[in-house]
Amino acid sequence: MKIGVVTFPGTLDDRDAARAVRLAGAEVVPLWHADANLHKVDAVVLPGGFSYGDYLRCGAIAAQAPVTQEIVKAANGGLPVLGICNGFQVLVESHLLPGGLIRNENQHFICRDQKLRVENVDTAWTNAFELNQEITIPLKNGEGGYIADAETLKRLEGEGLVAFRYLEVNPNGSMNDIAGLRNERGNVVGLMPHPEHAVEAGFGPDTFGTMRSGVDGAKFFESVIKAVVNA
Amino acid sequence: MPKIIVEVMPKADLLDPQGKAVANALHRQGYGKIQNVRIGKRIEIHLADAPTAEDLEGAREIAESFLSNGVIEDVVNIHVEA
Repeated sequence: MKIGVVTFPGTLDDRDAARAVRLAGAEVVPLWHADANLHKVDAVVLPGGFSYGDYLRCGAIAAQAPVTQEIVKAANGGLPVLGICNGFQVLVESHLLPGGLIRNENQHFICRDQKLRVENVDTAWTNAFELNQEITIPLKNGEGGYIADAETLKRLEGEGLVAFRYLEVNPNGSMNDIAGLRNERGNVVGLMPHPEHAVEAGFGPDTFGTMRSGVDGAKFFESVIKAVVNA
Repeated sequence: MPKIIVEVMPKADLLDPQGKAVANALHRQGYGKIQNVRIGKRIEIHLADAPTAEDLEGAREIAESFLSNGVIEDVVNIHVEA
C-alpha cells in the first residue's frame, strides 16, 4: 500500500504527513512537484504549508505544477486524494473541489485545537469514523475562509458533500462553518485542519484531562488504507 | 517596453478582509470620510513588441484562467501600456 506525499516549493508539513502515513502502516512515496509521475501510488496526500510562498493566491501556482496535472487526471479516475490546508487550497484552485478559500474573516492567523464534526463517512478518507463523530484536530491558517456562491452552497449541503464542520468556534469565517469537503465520487477530500498533527499520543492536541494525547487524525490514514484494500 | 496591464479585484459582494483592515487603520489615522477600501492586484505582462490582438486575447485567457480565480475575483480591466 503506497501513499504519495507531494512536496512543492514552500510545502511545510510533508514530513508530518509522511509520518502519519507510516504510522498507519503504509509506505510513503515522496512526490516532487516538477515530476509529472505518480509512481503508481494508491493514494495521494497534498500536505499543508505555503507552496510558492502563497504567491498570486494560495495554491494557485501549485495547481499548475506538473505533478498536480497528473493528480487531477488520476483523481478524475478515482484515485483517493487528501488535501490538507494548503492542499485543500490546491484542490480548490484545481477545481477538484468547488468554491474558494480566502483570508480569515478576523484577519488573524489562527492556531488552535479545533473541534470538528465528521458529517460524511462515505469517503476514502473518512470511512473509519462514525457519522457525526466529534473530533479534535489542530488548525493553523490565515487563509482558511471557505466561500462559495449560494447555488454551490445549496448543492454542497443538499448532496451531503460537506465532510467536516467547525464546532463551537468558527476560526475563519467559513460559510456554513464548512471545514472540509468531499467530491461527489468520495475519493477526493479537502479540509483546512491538519489530521497529520493528531496521530501520535504525546504530539497531538490536548484532550480532556490529558495533555497532547489526541489522535483523531490517525483515522484519516486508516480509512484510506481500508478503502484501497477493499477497492 | 510594451506591457499589457491586468487588474483583478475581489468580487464586489465578497468580504475583503485586507481592505477592511486598511480602512480601519485609516479611520484610526483620522480619515473619517473613507467609507470603504478594497484591495486588488495590478499585474503587468511585459512583451518584446507591441501587443497584437492575439496577444491581448491570450492575456485575457491568462487573466481569467490563472491570474484571477473566478470564484472570488473579477478581472476588472485589461489594457495596453506603451
